[in-house]
Amino acid sequence: MTRDGFTKMSYLRAFVAMNLDRKCGVLRKKKESKQSQSTTDSFIERMSSMDPHSASSSAESTSTPGSPPGKVRQSSAQTNGSRDGSPLSFEESLLHGASRLAAIARGEPFESEIHPQVLAEPAVLEIEHFSLWYGKKQTLFDICMNIPRGKVTAIIGPSGCGKSTLIRCVNRMNDLIDDVRTEGDIRLDGVSVFHPAVDVTQIRKRAGMVFQKPNPFPMSIFENVVYRLRIQGIRNRQYLQEQCERCLRAAALWDEVKDHLNQNALQLSGGQQQRLCIARALAGSPEVLLLDEPCSALDPIATNKIEDLIRELAGEYTVVIVTHNMQQAARVSDYTALLYLGRLIEYGPTPNIFSAPRLPETEAYVTGRFG
Amino acid sequence: MTQVLSPRKTQISREPPDFRDSPARLLSAYAEPSLWLTGGALVIALAMMFGLLALILVEGTRTFWPLRVVRWELPERVVMGEITRSEWFRPDSQSIQNMPPELRKAFQESLEKHNGWVLRYLVRTGNYELTNEHFRWVSDPEIRLGKTTWPEWALVLERVAWGRFYGLPVAFLIDGKPQATTAPEIWDTFLRWHPEVRRRFRTIRRLETRVLGDINHDLETARLRLRSVEMQEGKQSPRYRRLEEEVAQAEKELHARYESVRQEIEQLRAENARYTLRLKTADGQEKDIALADIVRAYPANQLDLAGRCRVYLSRVWEFLTDEPREANTEGGIFPAIFGTAFLTLLMTMAVVPLGVLAALYLREYAKRGVLVSGLRIAINNLAGVPSIVFGVFGLGFFCYLVGGSIDSVFFRARLPNPTFGTGGILWASLTLALLTLPVVIVATEEALAAVPRSVREGSYACGATRWQTLRRVVLPQAFPGILTGTILAMARGAGEVAPLMLTGAVKLAPELPIDHRFPYVHLQRSFMHLGFHIYDLGFQSPNSEAAKPMVFSTTLVLILLILALNLWAFALRARLRRASHVLHI
Repeated sequence: MTRDGFTKMSYLRAFVAMNLDRKCGVLRKKKESKQSQSTTDSFIERMSSMDPHSASSSAESTSTPGSPPGKVRQSSAQTNGSRDGSPLSFEESLLHGASRLAAIARGEPFESEIHPQVLAEPAVLEIEHFSLWYGKKQTLFDICMNIPRGKVTAIIGPSGCGKSTLIRCVNRMNDLIDDVRTEGDIRLDGVSVFHPAVDVTQIRKRAGMVFQKPNPFPMSIFENVVYRLRIQGIRNRQYLQEQCERCLRAAALWDEVKDHLNQNALQLSGGQQQRLCIARALAGSPEVLLLDEPCSALDPIATNKIEDLIRELAGEYTVVIVTHNMQQAARVSDYTALLYLGRLIEYGPTPNIFSAPRLPETEAYVTGRFG
Repeated sequence: MTQVLSPRKTQISREPPDFRDSPARLLSAYAEPSLWLTGGALVIALAMMFGLLALILVEGTRTFWPLRVVRWELPERVVMGEITRSEWFRPDSQSIQNMPPELRKAFQESLEKHNGWVLRYLVRTGNYELTNEHFRWVSDPEIRLGKTTWPEWALVLERVAWGRFYGLPVAFLIDGKPQATTAPEIWDTFLRWHPEVRRRFRTIRRLETRVLGDINHDLETARLRLRSVEMQEGKQSPRYRRLEEEVAQAEKELHARYESVRQEIEQLRAENARYTLRLKTADGQEKDIALADIVRAYPANQLDLAGRCRVYLSRVWEFLTDEPREANTEGGIFPAIFGTAFLTLLMTMAVVPLGVLAALYLREYAKRGVLVSGLRIAINNLAGVPSIVFGVFGLGFFCYLVGGSIDSVFFRARLPNPTFGTGGILWASLTLALLTLPVVIVATEEALAAVPRSVREGSYACGATRWQTLRRVVLPQAFPGILTGTILAMARGAGEVAPLMLTGAVKLAPELPIDHRFPYVHLQRSFMHLGFHIYDLGFQSPNSEAAKPMVFSTTLVLILLILALNLWAFALRARLRRASHVLHI
């Protein structure tokens, strides 16, 4: 069997195991069906017998469920590598990773791999032991990460892994949804955004947000940009005009719209609308700019423009961008975090994540082999 | 491994498929039947609607067209008038037996020729005070026996009272002396004097209603003031005494004024009474008609097309701007138009803010749950409650309870005559507002729900509060939808009759709800309404044949009024839609 063939086979196996597990997990929750459980167990056993490391790793992770999560595991290379010192072969490590993904799917705790470079940066946003439930379903599991000031941080991960949910917690947009429960804390400049004394509108004024779909308001371009200032009660026409120009310039839209600021914003093209939304988010000088898949509804040219814009905004603003386009994350971000099923998998400088990830899961994801 | 990877077993039927499908299923496999079904439904619906509209349009516009006057010398009578309509009827054999032989023969011929049917014409003959009827039937066999002429100088007179008069001019009299005796001369003289006499007539009218009305009103106010002081402090109090003297003085002055106006009116009347027109009816009776009583006269068979159009337009103008006369069968419907428009406006002013705010709470603030769903169902059900129930509620709650309380607090001096404690335009409009509230709430809720979540989120993410988001982003976007709901509510309210019959619509209102007397807007007054007017004309009129065309015309006006209100709202909506993004600068 060729190497490729082997990789494919083992991957297939791991994938099937994972999916089966996930399905069975649901089944088990629903019906407590013993039969399915036993099927899964036997399947896992079979898998484990093929790969001794997976059994040991899952045993290890189950044995330390209550390990203090704030502490970042520094010796990850050790865990990742084999315990007896001999390095794993590529195939083995893949299989090992895949079954760990299966363990995550089963709901077993997982310790994030965080590179020391991130910890060295001054943080503007500190997310600590953050968990979130939509009703009874837990969506985020014990997430700890610091967002460095003045840098671009990308959050990547397969669909439904909780990327958007996470950044929507920063400005408490999830308050709008009924039946959301959170644990842990998010601190913006050292102040908890969930503190009862904190006014949620104040938090949102400090964190500009841009959404997946461009959502300009049905008013003029000018009014859209100065909306944040208007609702703060600013009426000074000259100041508003200055701010409008500043934000539109920052969003690289000024030259295109400066002659018709009174035109309805809905008449702009999709890319222009999204840049307008960025300009709107920039008004009032927020400390953090949260971009929730800002380019997913745009064509490549518009995407390029937005990406250039993000690069330019870095330094002046702290940008957190959620994306499922890995090239985009690689292009625009300084740091990248990988989320999987509500857990932080690996978080570190973008070049490291993309070219030298520490975890095989990360490598598998950034090379497009799962997710 | 293979166990796991093998595809799930699917049931494959081993029997050969059955191609002999049922005809119904085969039919549904093609597009045409469904096309015919849906298209047919649309055609039927449109045909019914446009049929009704066309009927109303044709009949409603035809009402005022001046027809030629025919004169029939029949075996037993002479008939002169306008042919209103014709129909086939089956005469009973007994009445044919009783006919004179010649007529009987003619009838039997006609019966044989048309399988037992006979044609007959309805002729508007007028001259009610002489004949006690407005219309007469003339049958085809009679006409064939008699003589048909179109008299050259037959005059049609529309009068202030007694309906129309059809006759031939005999003389024009001033102070009882004939001024002209040949028909053309009489017509010329009539045209010379009539406008002047009518002008005096209108002056009399104005003096009677306006000036005498004001004097009466002042007298009434003075008495009411006295009465309220009496109720507060008693008849022995010095204030009452003082006021009593004042009122007596004022009454004296007012009576003097009243007398002088009265005299003025008498003078004008006497002047008008000098002019009379003497006419001869078809059967030879002569009749003197005072010129002041003639609203409009025209020689029907002399008119060319332009003349007919002039008469037509003058009648339409009168219809739209004048007050009704002759138990609403003649004259205009202006008070009803005014009442309907004013009522609809008041209703809109009441229902829109209330409905929009209620819908805002339901959609934006209330937590979704059983209670809100129940409320929504209740509101939708409210739209299905028969309108007469709202009328009964309006009468009981608004008129008697609320209005009665207002009367007992603010208008005690007038009791036992009710002021607000009876049907009035305010209570009617509030009742209609209640009736149309579900329409507004439902439409507003839909409009709010149609505002995309992303836009709201965008606003919240900018740090806007809920109210700021509503006011600056959601409401402007929902506004066209809210206006649509308002339009629907207005159309529904303007066409509603049943609740109005209980809460203040009357067949003849002496005064409009808005006039020149302080406080100018009189919300307690009863009013005329087009819908109620239609009902009254169609079913309560003593002269139903004359009322029938007016029913169509009034209906046409009502539909046009609703159309105008709707168009106005549509235009407003379009304008707001265009301008919505500059509203906030």
